[in-house]
This record gives sequence, structure tokens and C-alpha cells, in this order.
Amino acid sequence: MRSTPVLALILLVLSVGSLFVGVIRLSPGELLAGNLSLWEIFLVSRLPRLLALLCTGIGMSVAGLIMQQLCSNKFVSPTTGATISSAQFGILLALLFLPESTLWGRALFAFAAAIVGTWIFVWFIQRIQFKDVVMVPLVGIMFGNVIGGITSYLAYQYEMTQALSSWLVGHFSLVLKGRYEIVWLTVPLVVLAFLFANYFNIVGLGKDFSKNLGVPYNLVLFLGLTIAAMITASIVVVVGSISYIGLIVPNVVAMYKGDKIRGTLADTALFGAIFVLVCDMIGRVVIYPYELPIELIVGILGSLIFIALLFYRLKHGRKAIRLGSASHSGCAAPVRAVEGGGER
Amino acid sequence: MRIQELTKQYDGKTVVDAVSFSIPKGKVISLIGPNGAGKSTVMGMISRLIAHDSGLVDFEGKDIGKWKGRELSKRLAILTQSNHIQMKLTVRELVTFGRFPYSGNRVTPEDQAIIDRAIAYLELKEFQDRFLDELSGGQRQRALIAMVIAQDTEYVLLDEPTNNLDIYHATNMMKIVRRLCDELGKTVILVLHEINYAAFYSDYICAFKDGKIAKFGTVEEVITKENLSEIYQVDFEILNIAGKPLSIYY
Repeated sequence: MRSTPVLALILLVLSVGSLFVGVIRLSPGELLAGNLSLWEIFLVSRLPRLLALLCTGIGMSVAGLIMQQLCSNKFVSPTTGATISSAQFGILLALLFLPESTLWGRALFAFAAAIVGTWIFVWFIQRIQFKDVVMVPLVGIMFGNVIGGITSYLAYQYEMTQALSSWLVGHFSLVLKGRYEIVWLTVPLVVLAFLFANYFNIVGLGKDFSKNLGVPYNLVLFLGLTIAAMITASIVVVVGSISYIGLIVPNVVAMYKGDKIRGTLADTALFGAIFVLVCDMIGRVVIYPYELPIELIVGILGSLIFIALLFYRLKHGRKAIRLGSASHSGCAAPVRAVEGGGER
Repeated sequence: MRIQELTKQYDGKTVVDAVSFSIPKGKVISLIGPNGAGKSTVMGMISRLIAHDSGLVDFEGKDIGKWKGRELSKRLAILTQSNHIQMKLTVRELVTFGRFPYSGNRVTPEDQAIIDRAIAYLELKEFQDRFLDELSGGQRQRALIAMVIAQDTEYVLLDEPTNNLDIYHATNMMKIVRRLCDELGKTVILVLHEINYAAFYSDYICAFKDGKIAKFGTVEEVITKENLSEIYQVDFEILNIAGKPLSIYY
């Protein structure tokens, strides 16, 4: 059984479901009956929300995948690599210096800040060769918190806390037609990531390894980080900070599919989208008719999954990252055979 | 390949000092010497992984630094010791990267045939869909060599290929090295710590000491009691076993 079609099917079902969850009752039958006001809700709110959710899930998980591969560290992600906090800092700068700025203006600031922040982080961890893999994300979290601290300080100084808060905690309740379209940028960027997937893989195998195969290490590294940072920034500027997805989703998919990006990218994207959709639905249903920000749900579910992942790795060691290494090898083998066939 | 007056300094300390030698084609050449003698640095410079300060690495009429990365990748392959791969890749996926300089993202049917041959050559067929982290050290090393074979280069450079392998796997690795030269006609350059592997499996030996070449020549010329005692500063006895000068040190 291949995992990709199954995930795609689950995503399709959830997407349709997501369109018909909300305060105002909306059913396919009424839409087909030609109820114009319901159609308006559908087109102005429900559909944009779904598209934003999908872009967020796909974008954040792919950005995480790229960052983990390039840094060859499974704990690096937009959250633990200072990318999200840098993007927020960029938004604050835009609010301070260009109070009249549009969404696009803020997006540009967020892009620039996220790219620079991520570059600095990676430059730093390359300078200092850490022996322990856990040190890298710890440094990233510290660096992110420093930037976050500066952001909060400036926000307090200029009484911007309230304005900024909508970007600090991710939520989809303000996603409406006309004010979320930047998030579509994730689509071409993810396509770009797919095209460069093999380059990212090779760079992830190390500098000597890349040079041996004639791949320009620094160029690909910076290109990849830029793509990841831009994906992250375009999401942060629309829905705010969404943590954990970029950390967890690539790890879960790598467990059963390995690390060849070409093979895992589709599953990672689908899995990310499903995760975000589920969290969003929980947030919309739990205190119905009110709504909890998705960041809260993602945080709770995400931290639980993350702890489970950590325990799993501690218990089974590095060798057993694949789910059920020995006992399931019989049923896992055909999956890999099909994968190999697909590449040919 | 011709190396002329090659020099490298780290923090003002000369690690490699005006080294000159020529690499004969289609032979196995081992670089030996004590720790810190500069053999790995020389290896790094002749494989363009390390930039040289002065001198020349003349590779097919052009300095190695002036080659385009991709073109050079089709002619010269290097495996360093730092290849402890963390990624979950299958053997076949790794070997496929060997075709990257030729085909980039698009792996052609010819590439597949070459990959199949490389995997079969190192008897990895039954492991080809296994993840690297599930294999033993020797198998992983063989997978990397298979990648280099798929890279189809005339020159193959291996930095301590027997490192961390037990006697069985290390000996097999050296036999593979010999076959790369004898059967596939490649020029193989190795950095080795184990003198007897160098003596038994190479054609030429280049012995380094203090950043300079102490001796360069055929195995018989270099592996003598006087030379080795001088280079390593320990007592040596040379025994002739299977027509090769093997050494005992104590």
C-alpha cells in the first residue's frame, strides 16, 4: 500500500469537511440551491480559509524539511532556527517605520528579516562545530528568543504590542478574501524546493561530499535557506506564528520514507496539510461557537507528538528510526520496492 | 597528474612544504607517513577539497582549482573519512548520486544500467533497497565505493578507506581497491595508516614526513628497513611474504 494516495484521500475528505464547519450553517445542498448569501460566505471566508490552511500546512512542513536536510539536523526547523521570530521582527519594523504599509510592504520586511535571521543562525552553527546535535536547536531557540525579546521590547516602547499580537499567535479567523493571498507564494516556492530536492540532499551530506559531486555547497545552502525563510515569512505575515509543524512532520515522514527529499516531499506536504486542518477543526469546534487560535491546538498536540518522538528515538536508538524495524520489515519492503520503481 | 612545489600553511605553520611528484596513470598509489606528516592535506589539495597556498596541481593540463566543479566530478572522485552519513538513504539512492555530475536530476536508463553494474560489482544487490543506517560499517563503505564507481571517474582518491573496519572488511576493501585499478583501469590514490596494506596492494608508495616527501617510488624501493625506521622513528624488520616486502615494527 502506498502512503501518498492514502494521505491525499484523507486530505481531500478533511478539506471538504473543513469547508462546512463554522458558525453559520452551510451545507452543499443549500449552496447548490443557489443561496447567494451563503455563497458569499463560502467564497469570502470558507474557501480562503481552507486555501490558507493548506498553504500553511504544506509550506511549514516543507520549510522544515529543507532546513533539516541542509543542516543535517533533525531538530532544526523554522521555530528552532529563529526564522519565525525573525519574520515577526520584520513585521514589527514595517509597523514602526511604515505605519501605512500594506500587507505586501509588511511581507517584504518579513521576507528580508526571515532570510537574514536564518542565514545568521546557520552561519553561526557552521562556525562553531557542535559535537552534540541537540546543541544546534538549543542555540536556535536562544537566538530566536533574543530576537523575540528585542521585538517585544520595541513593541512595548512604541505601544505596538496589541498590533503585533495578531502575528505572535497564529490563527486563521482573520483570513478573508483579499487579505491572505500572499500565502499563495508558498506554492511556487514548494515547487522550486522540489526541483532542487536532489541538490539539498547532496548538500545535507556534507561539504566534501557536495564538492566531490560538483555541487556548489555554499550557493545551494543559501538558496535553500532563502526558500525556507520565504515560505515561513509568507505564512507568518498572513496567519502569524505556527510552531512545531516544521519540526514534527518531516520527522514523522522520514521515519517510514527515509530522507531522499524527492521521495518524501509529497508525503511531508500532505501530512503537514492534514495536521493543520485537523488542528484548525479542533480549534473551531472545541468552544463552539467561539474559536481557539490554531497555535494553541498545534502547540498542545505538537508538543505531545514531539515528546513521543524523543522517547521513541531514545528507546530505539538511531538505527530504528524507521517504524517497526525488524517485525514490520516484511510489509515495509513492498512499499520501498514501489518507491524505487517510481523513480525509474 | 603532476604536483609541483605544493605548499600549505595553517596559522603560519607550514604543514605541506614544497611537495612535488607525478602520479602515474592506471596504478595504485598509497600515501603513508606518521600523523601530522601532511599526507591527508596533500590528498585534500590534489582533490580540490582544500585550496593550496602556492604551487601547482596540474590535472590534465589545467590547475585543479581552475576546473569547473561538475567537469572535474566526471574525472576525479574523492571519498573522505568524514562520510559518516546521518541520513536515511537507501544504498541505491546513495549510488544514484554518483550519476549527479552527468545527469543532474534526470536519471536516464543508461544511468540506471551503470548504477546496477556498480551495485553488482560490490555485491550489494541484496542490500540495495536497505537504508544505510541498517548496514554494517563495511557494507556502508562498500556502498560509498559503489557510488564512486557510478561516478565513473578515471581518478579515485580514498582518504583512509580502511579506517574503523575490522581485518576482514579492511582486507576486502583493499582487494576492491586493487580491482578498481586492475579491472576498471582507474588510477587510485589512497591515504593509508597500515603500512602492510600499502605494501601489499599498491604499485607506488609516497612516504611523507614533516610536510615533505621522504621517499617516493615503487613498493620495493620505499619499503626498506632503513627508510621506514627513518620515517617512523621505530625499529622495523622487513619480511618477504608472497613476493611483497611486509614489515614488522616493534
